[in-house]
Amino acid sequence: MLRKDRWRLTLVAVVVIAALASVFPIKGRINLGLDLKGGAHIVLQAKGTEENPLTGDSVERLLAVLRNRVDQYGVSEPLIQREGQDRVIVDLPGVENPEQALELIGKTALLEFRQVVQATSALPPRAQRENYDSDEEYQAAVSRWNKVKTDRDDLESRLRSEASSEAGAVVGSDEAGRIYLLGPVYVGGKDLKDAKATYDNLGRPVVSLEFNDDGAKLFDSATAENVGSQIAIVLDGMVVSAPVVQERISGGAAQISGRFTPEEARNLAIMLRAGALPVPVEVLENRSVGPTLGADSINSGLKAGLIGCALVILFMLLYYRILGIAADIALSVTILILFALLISFKATLTLPGIAGIILTIGMAVDGNILIFERIKEEYRDGKTPFASLDSGFKKAFKTILDANVTTLIAAAVLYYFGSGPIRGFALTLAFGIVASVFSAVLVTRVLLQVMVSHNSIPSLARRK
Amino acid sequence: MNKTAEYRFNFMAFRKKAMFLSVVLILVSLGSLFSRGLNLGIDFTGGNLVQLEFGSPVEVGEVRDVLAGVGQGKAVIQAYSDKGVIIRMKADEEDARRDVLEALKAKYDSVQVLRFEKVGPVVGDQLRKEAFIALGLALVGILIYITVRFQFRFAVVSVLALLHDSIITLGIFSIMGREISVTFIAAILTIVGYSLNDTIVVLDRVRENWKHLRGWGIDGLFNVSVNQTLSRTINTSLTTFLPVLAFYIWGGPVLANFSFALMIGIIVGTYSSIYVASSILDEWFTKSPVKQ
Repeated sequence: MLRKDRWRLTLVAVVVIAALASVFPIKGRINLGLDLKGGAHIVLQAKGTEENPLTGDSVERLLAVLRNRVDQYGVSEPLIQREGQDRVIVDLPGVENPEQALELIGKTALLEFRQVVQATSALPPRAQRENYDSDEEYQAAVSRWNKVKTDRDDLESRLRSEASSEAGAVVGSDEAGRIYLLGPVYVGGKDLKDAKATYDNLGRPVVSLEFNDDGAKLFDSATAENVGSQIAIVLDGMVVSAPVVQERISGGAAQISGRFTPEEARNLAIMLRAGALPVPVEVLENRSVGPTLGADSINSGLKAGLIGCALVILFMLLYYRILGIAADIALSVTILILFALLISFKATLTLPGIAGIILTIGMAVDGNILIFERIKEEYRDGKTPFASLDSGFKKAFKTILDANVTTLIAAAVLYYFGSGPIRGFALTLAFGIVASVFSAVLVTRVLLQVMVSHNSIPSLARRK
Repeated sequence: MNKTAEYRFNFMAFRKKAMFLSVVLILVSLGSLFSRGLNLGIDFTGGNLVQLEFGSPVEVGEVRDVLAGVGQGKAVIQAYSDKGVIIRMKADEEDARRDVLEALKAKYDSVQVLRFEKVGPVVGDQLRKEAFIALGLALVGILIYITVRFQFRFAVVSVLALLHDSIITLGIFSIMGREISVTFIAAILTIVGYSLNDTIVVLDRVRENWKHLRGWGIDGLFNVSVNQTLSRTINTSLTTFLPVLAFYIWGGPVLANFSFALMIGIIVGTYSSIYVASSILDEWFTKSPVKQ
């Protein structure tokens, strides 16, 4: 072996060992895109209004609101990031119910303090069979509950018709099932300066509010009008709380007390702060893939990839015989390096990315084909096996380089100007090119040197 | 070296016929592109897409009736298996999708939403712009690279060859009415890369054989170069085609259009690498020879 060959062999061995180390065990090492593991990808556009123009700060706070909401929803590893001036990307992996996720994300945080005109009582919980001794008692309880429910529904429709006839009035409900007829807005979220979860002097968790100057004035007159009656705190149309006004509150600071747990108080404070910045958002784009389809995509992609790979391997063996073995080994190394690159660059594998890999399999052997055809030509021209190998490689190398650099240019452009799935495709394509050029030029060469030294080339490429 | 050029197939003898065929194909493609246009998917137009799987086999007609009931009779319904359909609506409101899903759930209780996509018109506009910028930049980059490595004439014919391939691929999609989505841009750019790859291998041979120009003549030079690279061209096309075909058959409905575009691109690209670039160059050098 020549010195150069030994150097090549060492390089190949080092790269293959490093690739093996980074690829195995493969389980969990590859980031799967949302289209493969299922989940929702949502792009939001923040839209400023006249009263609330869009500023850098408002978008930052919007991000905080979204993070808070997503946390509440309990999504693991969500990705919430700002894109450009006024866009927000929300990636929610593994969401089973994308519609529900969208509700949560797309809603505008709108906080209002409204007059409570009328309110129903809370809907009692439905009767449970195990709480009753006999079926009759249970049936009676159920019908009692149904009656309450019907009464409440009647009241609700009556309140709704009243609300529609009265300007500024709306109907809201709370989590306990109370229905409220709400009067005009006293103070909006934009006048709230801060909301904090604190404790009152009895040690009970409360939420303290602080208004700005405008808000303080408005809140002062609102509380003056409503001593002894309720004011509803409405967030996104839901009544969060409807405390009874104990006294007129001036100075712009107020407290909401109730039977909060510290956790609930904290959440309410977050939601109020969130609502204190009503930047409306619009859903620009929403792509959701159910987990079943994601798993299906992986399986069909894997199946197609394996079949495609097998076809290529078979073709190379049938057409190039022993040289084909070298090409097939080089192809395996290409795929190994490709995965190693994907893993070490923490690339996200998407469905188009899988397509990129499959395409790479096809194009990867191109380098080998170019080299083999050249070697055969040289050999037919009467050179010795070793000389054919050497000049074949030299001549093919220039072609391989030129042919692949152009594809690399296309991949680079795709990467910079594409978004989402296209980027995944471009990245796998680019990695594939790098890996396949390495394999064709170095791995195949080392393998062929070994074959030549065992004198197995002449029997393959017949001279004319 | 050899005084006369030796080759098996006299490709250049048919170059005028081939160029005529290419011009016809391009005109037909452009004609279809201008008259019928492209069936742009919701990625570009904005709209809703829903992929559904039913518990038991369903008829597309029945699904259409249900959709017509909620005012979405114009939606495109594509069945990719006997239980699965993809519905595309041009309406991009959330309500449209919700109505459709509710109506379908009311009729079939075992319907399952596998995927939905909603794209606003703003995003579509932006994508279209991005796609054009990407294509334009890729072309410029490639043009510069080939001019530096070869000659300007080679760069021009390579770009003509890849335009040929992309226009015909687009034309076939236009004629067949197949849908164009974001991944289609990726497919077109891959075809661009592939077509170039193929063309460059031939041109590379021409560059190498250039020293025989005096002995072989222009036709001989191109014939020898194409013949010498022929088995490589065919073998590479096959090894690229096989996995893409596997992906088209087994890869699932989401990327079926993508693999289809690649298959067309590979077929057209193989033809064009033999004919388009070398024919034009042959013609060009014959009509206005360069001083050596």
